[in-house]
Amino acid sequence: MAKVESSILPGGIISRPGSTSDYKTGTWRVKKPVVDLDRCTGCLLCWIYCPEPAIQKRNDGKIEFDYDYCKGCGICSVECPSKAIKMVEE
Amino acid sequence: MLVGEVKSIKELYGLDLIAPGHRACAGCGALVGVRQILMASKRPLIVVNATSCLEVTSTPYPQTMWKVPWVHLLFENAATAASGIEAALKVLSRKYGRQEHYIIAFGGDGGTFDIGIQALSGALERGHRFLYVCYDNEAYMNTGIQRSGATPLGAATTTSPVGTKIVGKTQQKKDLLEIVVAHRIPYAATASPSHWKDLVNKVRKAQSYDGPSFIHLIAPCTRGWYFDTSEAIKVARLAVETRYWPLYEVENGRYRITHPVPNPKPLEEFLKVQRRLSHLLLPENAEVLERLKAYVNERWERLQRLSACFA
Ligand SMILES: Cc1ncc(C[n+]2csc(CCOP(=O)(O)OP(=O)(O)O)c2C)c(N)n1
Ligand code: SF4
Ligand code: SF4
Ligand code: SF4
Ligand SMILES: [Mg+2]
Repeated sequence: MAKVESSILPGGIISRPGSTSDYKTGTWRVKKPVVDLDRCTGCLLCWIYCPEPAIQKRNDGKIEFDYDYCKGCGICSVECPSKAIKMVEE
Repeated sequence: MLVGEVKSIKELYGLDLIAPGHRACAGCGALVGVRQILMASKRPLIVVNATSCLEVTSTPYPQTMWKVPWVHLLFENAATAASGIEAALKVLSRKYGRQEHYIIAFGGDGGTFDIGIQALSGALERGHRFLYVCYDNEAYMNTGIQRSGATPLGAATTTSPVGTKIVGKTQQKKDLLEIVVAHRIPYAATASPSHWKDLVNKVRKAQSYDGPSFIHLIAPCTRGWYFDTSEAIKVARLAVETRYWPLYEVENGRYRITHPVPNPKPLEEFLKVQRRLSHLLLPENAEVLERLKAYVNERWERLQRLSACFA
C-alpha cells in the first residue's frame, strides 16, 4: 500500500520528489523480462526505451532489471537488437 | 555535460529526472518520450503540466514521479502558467541576481490542439523563453479515448466509432506544427521516442534559444491505439518509416527534414498493427484509406519542397 501523508499541505503541494518509488508497480507484471548476459552487449537501448525506468547498468556495463518497478510491458524485449531479453511467465 | 550534441547513449545514463512507480499503463509511449526529453534537458528545470494522462499518472497524490519542481494547473493553460513562471523568474533574476531556470511545458494533444491552443498562441506570440512539448497520442486518452483535432482520419475512438454511418473520424488531422511555425518562433520540430538521438538533440537545440520553442512528439498509446504493451516503440518507428510522422525541424524559419525516408514502407504497415486503424485495410474502406494516404503524401512532398528551398 502507498504511504499516505498525515496532513495535506496548502495548495496540494507534494514535498517529496520522486516519491512514486514508494509504490511498487512490479506487482502489475504478468510476464517478466529475463536477460541472457552472454548475448547482452551493453548497448543500453532497452534502457532508453523503458517507460518506468526499471533497467539499470551493472558494473560490467551489461544491464539488470529492477523487478520492484518493472511492469512487464515487454518493450525492452522487442527493442533489444541482440535478442538478449526473453519474457517469461511469473 | 549538458550542452552540445548528444552522440552516444552513454552520455544520458544517470540523467533521469523521473522516478519509477508512476501509474502510466505498462508500455506507455508517452512516458518513454517524456523520460528521454527530461534526460536531455538543461538544468535547473521547472516542468509545467496540463491535465492529461501524463499529469494524472505522474502525480498520484501524495506522490510524484518528478524529481524537479513541477506544477499542474488546468487542462487549458499550461502555456499560460509557463509564461507566468518565466516572467517571475526574470524579475527575480533582475532584482536579486538569481539563476534563471529552463522551463518545459507538457500538454497532450487535447490540451494543445484543442482547448489549450489560445493559451499556447499567446505565449508564443509574447516570446517567453520556454519549451512547449505536445505529446500526441491522437485522442483524449485520460478520459476514455475521445477524438481530438489530432486524431487522424478514419481512426476509431469512442466518439468517432466505426459503424454503418461513419468509418472512424471523418476529418483529417490538424497540422499543428504549421500553426506554431506561423508564430515565427526560433525553433519548432517534430520528434519520436523511437528516434531517441534525433529527439534529445532537438531538445538541446530548442533550449539553446532565448525564446519560445516547440516539440511535437508522437506518443503511441497501448490503450487507445490497441496494440500490445510491448509495441509502442515499434509503432512509433513505423510511423516514421511510412512517412506518417515526418521528422523535421523549422529553425528560424528554415525547414529541414532531420530523418529522410527515401524508401518509405507502405502506410498499411503502420495501420495494420493498431486496431484503431486496421479497419482501413478492408476493401469497403478503400476510399478513406486513399484520403489518408493523400494527406500523408501531400504533407511529405510539401516538407521536401520546403527543405529543398533552404538546403
Ligand atoms: C476544462 C476541462 N475540461 C475537461 C476536463 C477533463 N479532462 C481531463 S484530461 C482530459 C483529456 C486529455 O486529453 P489530452 O490532452 O489529449 O491528453 P491525454 O490524456 O490523451 O494524454 C479531459 C477531457 C478537464 N480536466 N478540464
Ligand atoms: S538492448 Fe539488449 S544488448 Fe542492449 S543493453 Fe539491453 S539487453 Fe543488452
Ligand atoms: S518489461 Fe517494460 S517495464 Fe520492464 S524493464 Fe522491460 S521495458 Fe521496462
Ligand atoms: S492511456 Fe495511453 S497515454 Fe494514457 S497512460 Fe495509458 S498508454 Fe499512456
Ligand atoms: Mg491525448
